[in-house]
Amino acid sequence: MMSMPQVLMSASNLGVKRGDRWLIKDINLTLHGGQITTVIGPNGAGKSTLVRSLLKLMKTSSGKIDAMAGLRIGYMPQKLKLENTLPLTVERFLDLGRHKKHTLSPQLWQQLLHRCRAEKLLTQPMQQLSGGETQRVLLLRALLRKPHLLVLDEPVQGVDITGQVALYDLIKQVRDILGCGILMVSHDLHLVMAATDHVICLNQHICCSGHPQQVSQDPAFTDLFGEQGAASLALYNHQHNHHHTSHGDIIDGQHHEGCNHA
Amino acid sequence: MPSFLLWAWLGGLMIAAIAGPLGSFMVWRRMAYFGDTLAHAALLGVALGLLLQVNLSLAVALVCLLLAILLSTLMHRRIIATDTLLGILSHASLSLGLVSLSLFDHQGLDLMGFLFGDLLSINAEDLVWIGSACALVLIILVTIWKPLLAITVNEELAQVEGINVAWMRTLLMLLVAIVIAVAMKVVGVLLITSLLIIPAAAARRLSTSPEQMALFASLLGMLAVSGGLALSWFYDTPAGPSVVIIASGLFFVLYSLPRAGRHA
Repeated sequence: MMSMPQVLMSASNLGVKRGDRWLIKDINLTLHGGQITTVIGPNGAGKSTLVRSLLKLMKTSSGKIDAMAGLRIGYMPQKLKLENTLPLTVERFLDLGRHKKHTLSPQLWQQLLHRCRAEKLLTQPMQQLSGGETQRVLLLRALLRKPHLLVLDEPVQGVDITGQVALYDLIKQVRDILGCGILMVSHDLHLVMAATDHVICLNQHICCSGHPQQVSQDPAFTDLFGEQGAASLALYNHQHNHHHTSHGDIIDGQHHEGCNHA
Repeated sequence: MPSFLLWAWLGGLMIAAIAGPLGSFMVWRRMAYFGDTLAHAALLGVALGLLLQVNLSLAVALVCLLLAILLSTLMHRRIIATDTLLGILSHASLSLGLVSLSLFDHQGLDLMGFLFGDLLSINAEDLVWIGSACALVLIILVTIWKPLLAITVNEELAQVEGINVAWMRTLLMLLVAIVIAVAMKVVGVLLITSLLIIPAAAARRLSTSPEQMALFASLLGMLAVSGGLALSWFYDTPAGPSVVIIASGLFFVLYSLPRAGRHA
């Protein structure tokens, strides 16, 4: 067995309520250094809400979040909307994220720049990047402060399918190079599978969690995504109004209200 | 050159210089309508200043800042669509200002001057005020340039990277409020936003970096002030609107020229 990895962040009984509706509820999770955790779930399952509340970008309604002292987080938002009126090259965009003290060594920076295939992009205006290029630049920006924890919200959005595989592979490489923990959001388990150590299956609450292989065979997972649905999760129309036994120690086996929605 | 013209010119140049970078931020952050609303409220500041017998610029800056804070709170709560909210508050505050000013029976109260500017009435004392205000705004702007740019690119990213987004936003609104208070003299409350927005928008055409755009916006604004004053001097046109006409002319000329060697 490996030595116990460092705990970067943990959440207990985390919940976010808007109006009288719980967007997410009873979330318990722990993020470890060097480990890739992927949150999957159908549209509207609260994936972004979970990520944003862990980042303190959103007020939580219950529970608490503990973070390692001095935790540095690199964040890659779902998308970047840049005004055309703002003249900004990729290089300047990256500069904005630099920190005085915590920076990558020049060699490491060159290596990451090369891995992200961004050397030639540096002088280009941000607005002219393609979807995949934008994502790689956003990833680089998130890495600038040598983060302990990298948080990626739908990192492959707007990227074609071959690009998606390459991007997940890149994320895994980054983990190996920096040794950071990664939390990412995805709606496609098939593609993420190879690049994930731990999967959290979210639908308002945590339906099941564990190793990707294990989760994909979990009844709660098939309930959530359908027998053959995993490949096209984004299109999956969720009709989940039956009881199910949840897996693992995350939630106990009773029926959860969060599952009772169309 | 008569001294009043020199004062007018110098005052106008200073305000155009500071309006460049600040106006750029307003363009990047889509704050044009927001600025308009604040500017309209300036009239209310004038009325309050007269009522309490305090310095008018100070009263205007204070009222603008308070309204800015109120506005961003209301916008944050999403009670009603932002443009509707701005539309309501913009004209409500303008009307409130006009009505309260009409209640004063001042002999020398020059309403047209407040609405469209009275550049040629700037004296040496005004110039000291304008100069200090511009210097203050410039110093703050240079100090917070990078975090301000970071929140303009993406607020959430900036927040995760440790920037106090709310504080930066408030500071930017404070700067806008100060500039409105001093620029009122030049172009009047109805035209202030144009002095902020038009040179910056025109400068976009020439720039490849944020700093370049800010600088070009200042230069174009200064050109507009000079041209507007000349127009006003030789053809006896109102100074404020003349400045705005020259600025708009520059904008249209720059945008109708083909872009040399760059992507369209």
